[in-house]
Amino acid sequence: MSIDLSEFHDVFFEECFEGLEVMESGLLTLDQGTDIEEINAIFRAAHSIKGGGASFGFSDISEFTHVMETLLDEMRDGRRSVTRPAVDLLLESVDCLRDMVNAARDKSDSDQPRIDGVKQRLDEMLATPADTDTPAPVAEEESDVPADTGTDQQYAGWNISFKPHANILKSGNDPVRIFRELALLGELSSTADISALPDLSEFEPEDCYISWQLELRGNISREQVVEVFDWSEGECELDITPLDESAIVAIAEPPDIQAAAPATPPAAEADNDGAAAPSATGADTATSQDTPPSARRKDAGGSKESGSIRVAIDKVDGLINMVGELVITQSMLSQVGEQLEGVDSKTIEGLLDGLAQLERNTRELQEGVLQIRMLPISFSFSRFPRLVRDLSNKMGKQIQLKISGENTEVDKTVLEKIGDPLVHLVRNSLDHGLETPDRRQAAGKPETGTLHLNARHEGGDIVIEVIDDGAGINRDIVLSKAIEKGLVAEGEELTDQRIYNLIFEPGFSTAEQVSDVSGRGVGMDVVRRNIRDLGGNVSVESQPGKGSTVTIRLPLTLAILDGQLARVGSETYIIPLVSIVESLQIRAENVNHITGQAEYYRLRDEYIPIIRLNRIFGMDTGIADLEEGLLVVVESDGRQVGLFVDKLMGQQQVVIKSLETNFRQLQGVSGATILGDGTVALILDVHGLYQCYNAHCSSLADSEMAVA
Amino acid sequence: MSEAQAEITESTLQSRDGTDQYLTFMLAGEEYGLEILKVQEIKGWSSVTPMPNMPEFILGVINLRGTVVPIIDLRKRFSMESIPYSQTTVVIVVKVVDEAGEVRTMGIVVDGVSEVHNVARDDLKPAPEFGGTLGTDSIKGLVTQDERMLIILDIDHLMNNGVLDQLEQAED
Repeated sequence: MSIDLSEFHDVFFEECFEGLEVMESGLLTLDQGTDIEEINAIFRAAHSIKGGGASFGFSDISEFTHVMETLLDEMRDGRRSVTRPAVDLLLESVDCLRDMVNAARDKSDSDQPRIDGVKQRLDEMLATPADTDTPAPVAEEESDVPADTGTDQQYAGWNISFKPHANILKSGNDPVRIFRELALLGELSSTADISALPDLSEFEPEDCYISWQLELRGNISREQVVEVFDWSEGECELDITPLDESAIVAIAEPPDIQAAAPATPPAAEADNDGAAAPSATGADTATSQDTPPSARRKDAGGSKESGSIRVAIDKVDGLINMVGELVITQSMLSQVGEQLEGVDSKTIEGLLDGLAQLERNTRELQEGVLQIRMLPISFSFSRFPRLVRDLSNKMGKQIQLKISGENTEVDKTVLEKIGDPLVHLVRNSLDHGLETPDRRQAAGKPETGTLHLNARHEGGDIVIEVIDDGAGINRDIVLSKAIEKGLVAEGEELTDQRIYNLIFEPGFSTAEQVSDVSGRGVGMDVVRRNIRDLGGNVSVESQPGKGSTVTIRLPLTLAILDGQLARVGSETYIIPLVSIVESLQIRAENVNHITGQAEYYRLRDEYIPIIRLNRIFGMDTGIADLEEGLLVVVESDGRQVGLFVDKLMGQQQVVIKSLETNFRQLQGVSGATILGDGTVALILDVHGLYQCYNAHCSSLADSEMAVA
Repeated sequence: MSEAQAEITESTLQSRDGTDQYLTFMLAGEEYGLEILKVQEIKGWSSVTPMPNMPEFILGVINLRGTVVPIIDLRKRFSMESIPYSQTTVVIVVKVVDEAGEVRTMGIVVDGVSEVHNVARDDLKPAPEFGGTLGTDSIKGLVTQDERMLIILDIDHLMNNGVLDQLEQAED
């Protein structure tokens, strides 16, 4: 029977990446101390990658993982202590594996020499005798067992106690298939225990109530037996004991029998009460290499993972779209309802009640649906332990990473796009902020620096902070650099706050030396641009000698925006509420002209340019007299500009639709939305409008020059 | 309709006796045709939201069941005399594929939709070279139908090269 497995490949790759992440984060916690649960988790992840790799025909992946798994197995059994070099090597192996999975997915070539190198080092590590910390005699015997099994030993056969869980059939595991496969290995006899069968009235036809005692005769290795049960792992209680121990013809290693014999009773007991006592786990690993412990653990892990499903993002977006439509339809109906005058008042009341209820429901539905796209920020934070570890090693710094608020939820798109800027900020803190241990000591601070990543909700935004307790930003260097680059005029009075934020200007780097970590001067402005593209902003605060805090503020979702509706001529535009500073009536005496063209409004002590929306949009409608309209003061890039509109209408949350999907981007417009009456309104992009305005002014100036 | 069914329909429409089906529409007294498989729907004229600083032939955008769709006036694009939009003015919503394989939904305003014609591929005559606002590349060919000339458009080419690319040029 041949099934085309390729359609499952994507799922396999995704699971691989998840597994790799589990392995990586697990390995990183091993740095802080050995935790048997953690090693088990890593082992399990490796094991499923290996299994999946083999099933789907990626033999290179499964072979590579197998070597890792062997090393992990030794650690798990306490036969090898968890050392820094071992963790380093395993981390490197995780990287290799990730490359391999990537290569398999993209059908490209992986870096074979590197993989071979790492694999060789893994083999070398495995070849060195397991460490001396654990009781030596046991360790040596055991590390020999897996290698020698089946070559030097003869087996009479195995006693297999197989107690499937009630739901084993639902997972597609058929005991009959397992028995058939066992029968291929040797002579199989079975006894079924039907004592658990319930009365017919309580009988669930899809549950399995029977357990079996199997006797398998023949010279079969334990691995062969275990392999047959591979797929049912976690869905049964399995105990495999050598058949008639005295009959085992152990050619090479008598001590092995001694190790095996006492192990059997406690293992069996443990199976009965369903949980392995620590002593039993330790003991039965001596005989049954891996199945019983991993089977039970997987059980426990399974219930923890059942809280989520995997859904294609297209489907979710489709749903969001539909609900958005529903909201629009609902508000259309509301409007119609309000206009219904003169009809029987009772009928109208009922209609309006119904509409109000519909509104509540649709809002809740919309919120709920948008919630589906929200993921905890930990997906983005999870890469940092590794990054900080690697970089601090490389730079000879001691840095402790603290992460808090990692469960704060944010839209998937925001999550994907915030990764790179965050990496940059963290690298920057590590490179420029945090000092080397001796410098820290000299400054009277603890040798280990702290880098703190924090996320929290604040209003409708998510706030992410990158806090370090390093040297802080040197105000004077920044200022002199800014003057040198012409960003600031000499003698200009600037607040400290303003000076620190100069680091986000293009072409700015205060690092005395350009390093490959950061400091090429192309960083922080890119960070700021990326964050702005997401509709957020970034700022930095710093205290000399005490450290700096970079604060990123982002909207929770890119799908919805709080907007102020404004009317220009016959059109309605939406101004993002976040960028509005204030709105005011224009007084003619405060309007000034520069070169007869550009109009400025004197607002308190500042002159802000007036952007007439109808002019820069090339419309011939709209109010011309400034005093009849309104000025909406908005902030862009830290400077204020005034948008001249006819009048303001309501404020409302709007669902953002991209213009690019079916058309293209427009300057000064960040997208579109659909209003309650079903018409389309454009959402203004304040930053783009300002650029538009500048271009407009200079083209006006040009044309005048041409005329002159 | 399931995908399999759609495929069957598509292949029947494509290859029945080596003919293709074209939706024809009127524009200033001339009859144009476009591949029926490109047509998503035909809808009545509804008011559009103009977009700033666009050439005259781009009327603006409409809301098509939650999707923002640009509307192009073909009369204006072909520099024909404009007529007021009336009840018979229709918008043909087409699916346009660009070179990168991206599918865009766009609407074209025409005077009116006439009918669906079967056109044998062999009957399609190449368009003569001519100047004017519409390049020969946007015309798939000419065909005579009931003594009348039918101009078969290559709508993908027209929308990508004749409309979207024009905007890029205008900006430079």
